[in-house]
Amino acid sequence: MTYIDFLLQNIHHVYIGIILICTASAIVGCFTFLRKRALLGDTIAHASLPGVCIGFIISGTKHPVYITLGAFSTGLLSAYLVDYIVNKSKLKSDVALGIVLSIGFSVGILLLTSIQHSNNAAQSGLDGFIFGKVASLLQSDVMIMAGIAIAVIVITILFMKEFVLISFDPSFAKSIGLPYEKIEFLLTAITVLTIVIGIQTIGVVLMAALLITPSAIARFWTDRLSKMIFIAIVASIFCGIMGAYLSSQIPNLPTGPSIVMFLSIVALLSFVFSPNKGIVYKYLLKAKNNQKILEENILKTIYQLGEANKRFDAYFTKKDILEKKIFQNFQLNKGLKQLKNKGYLIQSDESWKLSKEGKIKGQRITRLHRLWEIYLTQFLHLSPDHVHDDAETIEHLITPEIEDKLTELLGYPKVDPHQMEIPYKD
Amino acid sequence: MIQQHTEAPILEVHDLTVSYNKKPVLWGIDFTIPKGVMVGIIGPNGAGKSTLIKTIMGLIPISSGFVKIFEEAIDKVRLRVSYVPQRESVDWDFPTNAIDIVLMGRYHKIGLFKSPRKADIDAAMEALEQVKMTEFAQRQISQLSGGQQQRVFLARAIAQDADIYFMDEPFAGVDAATEQTIIELLQKMVQKGKTVIVVHHDLQSVKKYFDWLLLLNMHLVASGPTKNVFTDELLQKTYGGKLSLLSKVGDLLKQHEFPHRE
Repeated sequence: MTYIDFLLQNIHHVYIGIILICTASAIVGCFTFLRKRALLGDTIAHASLPGVCIGFIISGTKHPVYITLGAFSTGLLSAYLVDYIVNKSKLKSDVALGIVLSIGFSVGILLLTSIQHSNNAAQSGLDGFIFGKVASLLQSDVMIMAGIAIAVIVITILFMKEFVLISFDPSFAKSIGLPYEKIEFLLTAITVLTIVIGIQTIGVVLMAALLITPSAIARFWTDRLSKMIFIAIVASIFCGIMGAYLSSQIPNLPTGPSIVMFLSIVALLSFVFSPNKGIVYKYLLKAKNNQKILEENILKTIYQLGEANKRFDAYFTKKDILEKKIFQNFQLNKGLKQLKNKGYLIQSDESWKLSKEGKIKGQRITRLHRLWEIYLTQFLHLSPDHVHDDAETIEHLITPEIEDKLTELLGYPKVDPHQMEIPYKD
Repeated sequence: MIQQHTEAPILEVHDLTVSYNKKPVLWGIDFTIPKGVMVGIIGPNGAGKSTLIKTIMGLIPISSGFVKIFEEAIDKVRLRVSYVPQRESVDWDFPTNAIDIVLMGRYHKIGLFKSPRKADIDAAMEALEQVKMTEFAQRQISQLSGGQQQRVFLARAIAQDADIYFMDEPFAGVDAATEQTIIELLQKMVQKGKTVIVVHHDLQSVKKYFDWLLLLNMHLVASGPTKNVFTDELLQKTYGGKLSLLSKVGDLLKQHEFPHRE
């Protein structure tokens, strides 16, 4: 027995099915997400329920071919019904989606109820399509699902370039003669197929979450489409397996809500912790900015005290500093301590003086403040008594490159609008 | 109406009428454009300027009339025609970078199922260099300024290496430096014998930029060389309010769902 055979026999076929479904839905979901069609996914999923029932009624069995075909037909029909309503009536797409979703789902429930009252023994478990029942997956179901999932993945890889183009810029796609309608149909068709193979595991009600959440999670972590698809697949498989496992351990817990719970936790964590977009990152950035502003303000104040006393090597007390500029006491203490540790300030008892680096930095902030005041009066024609507050912020922001441009633009002025001298580097 | 037709036109628009939801927005547009000129399409908001070039590109169905480019239907000559949509028509938050957008200009040459080759990437980089965006090739497109985004769109058009270019408001919302870069580039293209047709808003720069003008306000007010057409009288006709009777008849057509042609 080879190692592969060993794996196949020992890993439950259900998990193979889940991995393939999650991969397909993550890839297709990225395009649904980028084309802003999340609600269309939800509508197709709900509208595939009547197809499941019709497939069962026609065949009298739960054979996956009939169920899949039925779900695919009504799912695809719903997508076109939405388009038709939007094009042929005054209704907007949100209304069209709402109508088709609720009609599809209610017809599905009506058919399901009548099947359940029909005394056909084969119908037991059909209600698993509502919230998903992974345990009801048979090996034959998984074979069909795996085949479809692999087909979906292969098609997406083959048409990746074209799918990206029609998602980003449809008019340009048409203008270069791309067969836009055919490619869009293909994308819609594989979206419907993905939903159809997903509903038995996760249920029609929550299928949209499996389609959209992984791509939303991935979007938090990257700005590159290739990475986005990869992260979406990883997140989707992880949550799919965890959710299926949890639902197999807890009696009567449907798979759908279980998987969606894991997806939601990962999405929440991404929202909080992802770099650049997460709220923790934004909080840290804000704290870092405040820290920079505090330190630069203290150095600037001590520099200006030195300027007033015409001695930059003099020591100043907290009282001196507070007379010149208002700081909260604990903030000032914190800032002084940090600046001392960083080597910008030298402490002697309860007074401080600028180190060489501290003087350069304090001088720079003072210079930037005054240059910006001149810029505002000269170029924005603001009056000199209205420019100080603005300069208080901008002085912390100006980069050396902008500083060079600014001084050049202003022609190396000697004094600011308040007749204060501009301190240039020695 | 001043309407100067040309021998051997590169673009011929014949009696073109276009409707949105049964309501005509362009009435009987009829003009020709010679090869190797810079053309401005001028007119007030709602005049149908964008609609006109979208219709020429075959993106909007024609109610009546026809369009010929290089004496052929557009579908036969798409490889030689480039279209630059309005910058706002796409979502710049899309997760991709500048070079990938420019590469889209090579897709029709690359073909289905294939990846861009080195020649395509070189062509895209060359196009980015022409719009002075080389250093931004790998930059995420949402991090580009409006002017830089417009340059990326222009680079994509250059990468197409077409013979006739249609551009929908390439100067809208761009900085002065970008406008200068773009106009110099377009003028260079015209010198090489390309034809460039631009939807334009700013009347002040019209004389400086364009050899040829279309004055449009739901109907064609005039078409011809700038020196003949850019007159106070014709501008007054173009900008002096919509023809109210025309709008009313258009509304009637829509209300009664009347066919535009019997």
